[in-house]
Amino acid sequence: MPKNRVAVIGVGETVFKNNIVDKTYVELAQEAAKAALDDAGLTPDDIDAVVFSMAPTEFMGVNDVEKWAVDSVWASGKPFMRVHTGGATGGSALHAGYAHVASGIYPTVLVVGADRVTETPDAQHVLNLIWDPFYEQDFALNTVTMTALSTQRYMHRYGTTEEQYARVVVRSRKNALNNPYAHLKGKITVDDVMKSPRMSWPYKLFDICPRSAGGAAVVLANEEVTKRRCSRPAFINGIGGMTSTVFMGDRVGPFADAELSDEAEFVSAGKEAYAQAGITNPMKEIQVVELYDPFSSVQFPQLESLGFCERGQAQNLSDEGAFEMGALLTVNPSGGTLCSNPIGVTGLVRVADAALQIMGKAGEGQVAGVKNALSTAIGGSVQFVNLTILGADYV
Amino acid sequence: MAKADSDKNENVIYGQWHVRYKYSVGKVAGKFFDGLKQKKILATYCDKCKLSFLPPRAYCERSFNPCSGWIEAGLEGVIEAATIVTAAFEGLPTPPYAIAYVRLDGVSTALINFVRGLDLSNVERAAERLKPGTRVQVQFKDNPEGRITDFHYVLPPQ
Repeated sequence: MPKNRVAVIGVGETVFKNNIVDKTYVELAQEAAKAALDDAGLTPDDIDAVVFSMAPTEFMGVNDVEKWAVDSVWASGKPFMRVHTGGATGGSALHAGYAHVASGIYPTVLVVGADRVTETPDAQHVLNLIWDPFYEQDFALNTVTMTALSTQRYMHRYGTTEEQYARVVVRSRKNALNNPYAHLKGKITVDDVMKSPRMSWPYKLFDICPRSAGGAAVVLANEEVTKRRCSRPAFINGIGGMTSTVFMGDRVGPFADAELSDEAEFVSAGKEAYAQAGITNPMKEIQVVELYDPFSSVQFPQLESLGFCERGQAQNLSDEGAFEMGALLTVNPSGGTLCSNPIGVTGLVRVADAALQIMGKAGEGQVAGVKNALSTAIGGSVQFVNLTILGADYV
Repeated sequence: MAKADSDKNENVIYGQWHVRYKYSVGKVAGKFFDGLKQKKILATYCDKCKLSFLPPRAYCERSFNPCSGWIEAGLEGVIEAATIVTAAFEGLPTPPYAIAYVRLDGVSTALINFVRGLDLSNVERAAERLKPGTRVQVQFKDNPEGRITDFHYVLPPQ
């Protein structure tokens, strides 16, 4: 049990687009910070510490960019750190902010960041450079090919079809129509997905997220500040994280301790978070999930590892409509990562969108009666995973 | 994977990074690369866990013991995961090509490499031939130089 209870009392997002040409990188982070502070009714003087959420800086092209961002996010004169776990960064940054508050060290913390992935045309080349130059970098690994490998394995184990993944894309783009910040949105068909150009088997273009620019921020506060400042906060009732070996080849076959294609790190991370949040039956007790899903195949193994259904069943529930808006479990009402991926803050956007559902601020995308919402993030070679459970009440 | 806005709408400053490196290989990778020069794939093993590792490691990270020694991996193995890349990524090989994680005989973990010699003109048909469980063989270059690219995988003759 943490020393102090923690809540999200303010959320800020910019629009996510291919590029946002009227602002510099740090001005994007500033826009998100300002929006979150306004939402919480705070000024920078009310913030005790700042956590900066930023993954590889090679996309936006200024090395260790957090130093440039200090002034823009009003961190000058305060404790400041940057958190980086690749795609999982936003979730990890949130957890660092949570620890700041839960430990009793800082009453009010701003977690903020931005990314602009299209600043370079060489994004997948940059992503290839995250593998070691001795054994793995030579084989064209990047985020697309690495998850294509685990997806091919998943399909073989559970008989998943490409059409079942296409339905996830159709649902995500449709949900994103209700999200004013989403990058990709619209009514498309399974056929549209199936006819989009092949990229890396089994992926077609529409199975893959866009590269987005944008910023996100949340304000976290202890119980005392929350009571004073926010009438309808999103309480952070559980967090969990797990890390695996960098070698994906260790996680396939009979000797694996966490099966790659199952994203099995979520089993133990989920158990830890559920125990904190008092969740015993996720499918009954959680109404909304905001899953980190940069590819159409990433939702099913997460839902299964997090105990929403048995292995190999998520694809059937998806086909039956169980994950639509307001159905058995609303999966990614925002459109998710498939529709917007500003990498350095994507995990934070998941938390922010889950918090908006609890706070009743999700607008057209609001799901009725949300008591518990769960967000996830994944990074590295599918090796850093984390999740956050938000509730309408403290546990 | 959307295309960048056209430059005519943007007010931009152009930049490029050129950074050079020399990566220290160390003893463990050094021994592995020396093995490749002799057309051998060398794995480390742990007596306590009864596990063998490719890529080789100095420590068994499960038992927290230094690896007990080296074994020679089989030059055949089984596909655990594969994909066929048809998209052209900046700075990466010209498509199409196939890559796979293969668990070589006698080794507990899988090692990635290209799968060559497969007709990739029909992606669906080629993907059928790379399913997990498929056996493949290691094929070395004629003159290995002590790099991981000294070998690749091939499907056995049909």
